Amino acid sequence: MTTREYTRISQGTVYDPANGIDGEVRDLWILDGRIVEAPADPSIRPVRDIDAAGLVVMPGGVDMHCHIAGPKVNVARKMRPEDKRRSEVLHRTSNTHSGTMGAVPSTFATGYKYAGLGYTTAFDAAVPPLGARHAHEEFEDTPCIDKGFYVLMGNNHFVMQSIQNNEYEKLKGFMGWLLAATKAYAPKLVNPGGVEVWKSRQGGNVSGLDELVEHFNVTPRQIISNVTKAANELRLPHPVHIHCNNLGMPGNWETTMQTMQALEGHRGHITHIQFHSYGGGDADETTFNSKTVQLADYVNSHPNVTVDVGQVLFGETTSMTGDGPLGYFLSNVYGGKWFSSDTEMESGCGITPIKYKNKSLVHALQWAIGLEWYLLVNDPWRVVMSTDHPNGGSFLAYPQIIRLLMDRTWRQDVLNTCHPLVRERGVLKDLDRQYTLNDIAIITRAGPARILGLPNKGHLGPGADADITIYTPNENYETMFELPRMVIKSGRIIVEQGEIRDPLIGKTLNVQPDYDREVEPHIQEWFEKYYSIRWRNYPVDESYLHESEVVPTKE
Amino acid sequence: MSAPAVQSEVIPELKIVQDATCTFCGCVCDDIDLSVKDNHIVEAKRACVLGKAWFLNHTLDDRPSCLIDGRPASLEEGYDRAARILTNGKYPVIYGLSDSPCEAQRVAVSIADWIGGIIDTTTSVCHGPSGMAFQGVGEVTCSLGEVANRGDLIIFWGSNPAESHPRHFTRYSLMPKGMFVPNGRKDRTCVIIDVRKTKSAKAADIFIPIKPRADFEALWTLRALARGIELDAQQVLSDTGVELSVWQDLMARMKAAKFGVFFFGMGLTMTRGKHANTEALLALTRDMNAHTRFVSKPNRGHGNVTGADNVVSWRTGYPFGVNHARGYPRFNPGEYTTTDTLARREADCAMMIACDPMANFSQSAREHLASIPYIALDTKDTPTTRAAAVAFNVATYGINTGGTVYRMDDVPIPLRPAFDSPHPGDFEVLTAIEDRVKKILGINA
Repeated sequence: MTTREYTRISQGTVYDPANGIDGEVRDLWILDGRIVEAPADPSIRPVRDIDAAGLVVMPGGVDMHCHIAGPKVNVARKMRPEDKRRSEVLHRTSNTHSGTMGAVPSTFATGYKYAGLGYTTAFDAAVPPLGARHAHEEFEDTPCIDKGFYVLMGNNHFVMQSIQNNEYEKLKGFMGWLLAATKAYAPKLVNPGGVEVWKSRQGGNVSGLDELVEHFNVTPRQIISNVTKAANELRLPHPVHIHCNNLGMPGNWETTMQTMQALEGHRGHITHIQFHSYGGGDADETTFNSKTVQLADYVNSHPNVTVDVGQVLFGETTSMTGDGPLGYFLSNVYGGKWFSSDTEMESGCGITPIKYKNKSLVHALQWAIGLEWYLLVNDPWRVVMSTDHPNGGSFLAYPQIIRLLMDRTWRQDVLNTCHPLVRERGVLKDLDRQYTLNDIAIITRAGPARILGLPNKGHLGPGADADITIYTPNENYETMFELPRMVIKSGRIIVEQGEIRDPLIGKTLNVQPDYDREVEPHIQEWFEKYYSIRWRNYPVDESYLHESEVVPTKE
Repeated sequence: MSAPAVQSEVIPELKIVQDATCTFCGCVCDDIDLSVKDNHIVEAKRACVLGKAWFLNHTLDDRPSCLIDGRPASLEEGYDRAARILTNGKYPVIYGLSDSPCEAQRVAVSIADWIGGIIDTTTSVCHGPSGMAFQGVGEVTCSLGEVANRGDLIIFWGSNPAESHPRHFTRYSLMPKGMFVPNGRKDRTCVIIDVRKTKSAKAADIFIPIKPRADFEALWTLRALARGIELDAQQVLSDTGVELSVWQDLMARMKAAKFGVFFFGMGLTMTRGKHANTEALLALTRDMNAHTRFVSKPNRGHGNVTGADNVVSWRTGYPFGVNHARGYPRFNPGEYTTTDTLARREADCAMMIACDPMANFSQSAREHLASIPYIALDTKDTPTTRAAAVAFNVATYGINTGGTVYRMDDVPIPLRPAFDSPHPGDFEVLTAIEDRVKKILGINA
């Protein structure tokens, strides 16, 4: 036993909400990349002892919704040289690749920056199945973090066709097959049905949950209900991740409410809900207002629903979405360059540069609505920090959001710089809740890990992956969280005070659910009729996953 | 290396490789059935004339895998010498890559990063202007299966797929019976716009011969018509060489189409106006989306030039012409693109991967390249390999080696090699060079 190489993190102030530890001074023991119990034999000494006295120790951060890899992310990089030219650059060092930043950093830069921020796991939120191989290739060039992606299903022809024909078992089998074939982590719905309408006619979209999707004669509601039910029956660790219809539109809160109701009590996650919480009507800015109170009430009383926020930060960024009609809408609003790409049988995509201004009523309200969400959901385990990177802003803004949540005086100061009507159109000015460090540990790691069904992430109990972030306390919480003292990944020190020490590649997290294999000949028949690549060349094989971890389905 | 296992069934002496991928052109057809006998492909089912030539003419040659200064050398000596050349240079250039799998392209970008060199691809001499236009206005596009399933008006501009992409019509753009075009060719109108009556023009319902070097004017004529702006018929005729009524008819068809598609080629990107032409076409496509659904796609040439764009972009943030001299990526086409760096006599060493600049660069660029030490990787003996300080005779991707290739519409497709080569592939050679470069420079990433 004495030859085993233990690492100990000594005397840190530990925040491990999943295990009920709220700021207790204790030791953590690490062996072979995992957290372990302290050895019973007191003569055993750690090979490495990290003195964390006076420092704050948390599990590594988990970003459950960002856009960091795959076809549209890469197009966004390619499309905006002007954005990179004026941004920070990453110099090559003796152990790291160089890179570029801007709204959409290059792959290596993405990995290093996440790690530098104390995040050790991140999920890309929207990959078209046909682009899965591409996403995995980028993952291999995105070091330091474990990663996975959600695969787009909400406008998939086989999904819609199965629902149209009342072939629920086929739908379920197809979802299992698609997740396994693409080595994805979860099903994603993006503007279910609406993207297909966009692909079929000028300015096409659906306006509500009960509008028929042409040709397939299904409604968004049917897609949401059926996919959610099937995903839960497949016992997926994260059943379904939903980007609702009508993103960004005044009055869309009713669509969001109906979407949550359409889950019919099954587990489901509503993403970047800030963008779906608006009152008002007819794209009329003068009526635009916050409906967070109504929606948060529903979330508070329905434990099957979880949300992430999609916080907006002021400044310029690149909007990218699998929601093709949204991309078209935004490009017309901003008038800048616009990329749109439709993927056969599967999905769409829109990319355009955007800018959020604090003096714009709409933008300032978006900012305020995001903060309202954190402050109005009573149970922090069910609301997750996100900026929908890079859509609301960069993941690098997380420390700023933490300060806004932990420091109400500063929050009110920033609110006072915004368009004055924001105070009337929402409730932010009345909210004096302040987050604690324990709350922050929940919404940035413990909560997302639990919502994602990751048994080894987001906590520091025995058996957990030794993904640990150590912070130096500071009365300015933005300062505290933007530069961790040390980041440990799989038991190895990967970052110290912003310097990359050991840039390991990280694992790819995916699911391999059991599904009815009888469905495969049906999928193949459909596939060979319509796809432009061969059936046998479609699935992504293991060789594309440098290090794979199959996360088990629920018991 | 992400090489899928060879999927094959062995019949005595004859091996069949199903759904092999042809990397000859940007169509990247992945439905080829290869019959292999004695390290020779005897049949390439479904391959076009170019694909057949690619597969059937492939033979293993007994040239040495490595030549140093024209003399046979061991691979180890070659790797050492290559690493010394690249690390001794003050302004190294790494170029080519459009006929290498993505796995090898990634290593090439790493080397450029470690040595502070330029990474550039053949994009800079073909669709580079399209890339720059895209950075100006964006692009409305789709995967090729969307064209097959929905496209009812297919316009080729400055592109001659009948000769450059022979299965383009049958697999993707004209003949397929798609979900929303069930009668295939009958449900589609094909328009060809070019300065001469190409072989492709025979496939067209409408051929519009425009005046050479007038693409920009023609595209802006269409943009004006899309907006309903009145034009002077005489001026349009003299600017474009085509009657206004022809353009009006085309615009009427474009607005009436349900799903229109522009495919464009180097007849647009490499003629007068270059990126301004492509920008006009991309902007026109965008304009058309106020009336109907319309997309455009460059008809990319080389098998994996699209992969090169993607790999260089995800690693550096920029698609081609990337300079790492300051220790981080900078992008400036015209300055950091290879022909320009060579013609200005700036580069002092180079590595040419799967390309033949000694055959197709300008004379000033060729002269300078001949005067500096450089490394060449190719499957064949070429003017470029012959003048190289170190030449690697490499295995052919898609025939001897696996990996990943991106079709012209950014769809990644795996390769299924037919038989082994005695020579190493690009990936092996570049990895060995990278290992040595890292050792020399003290890099432990």
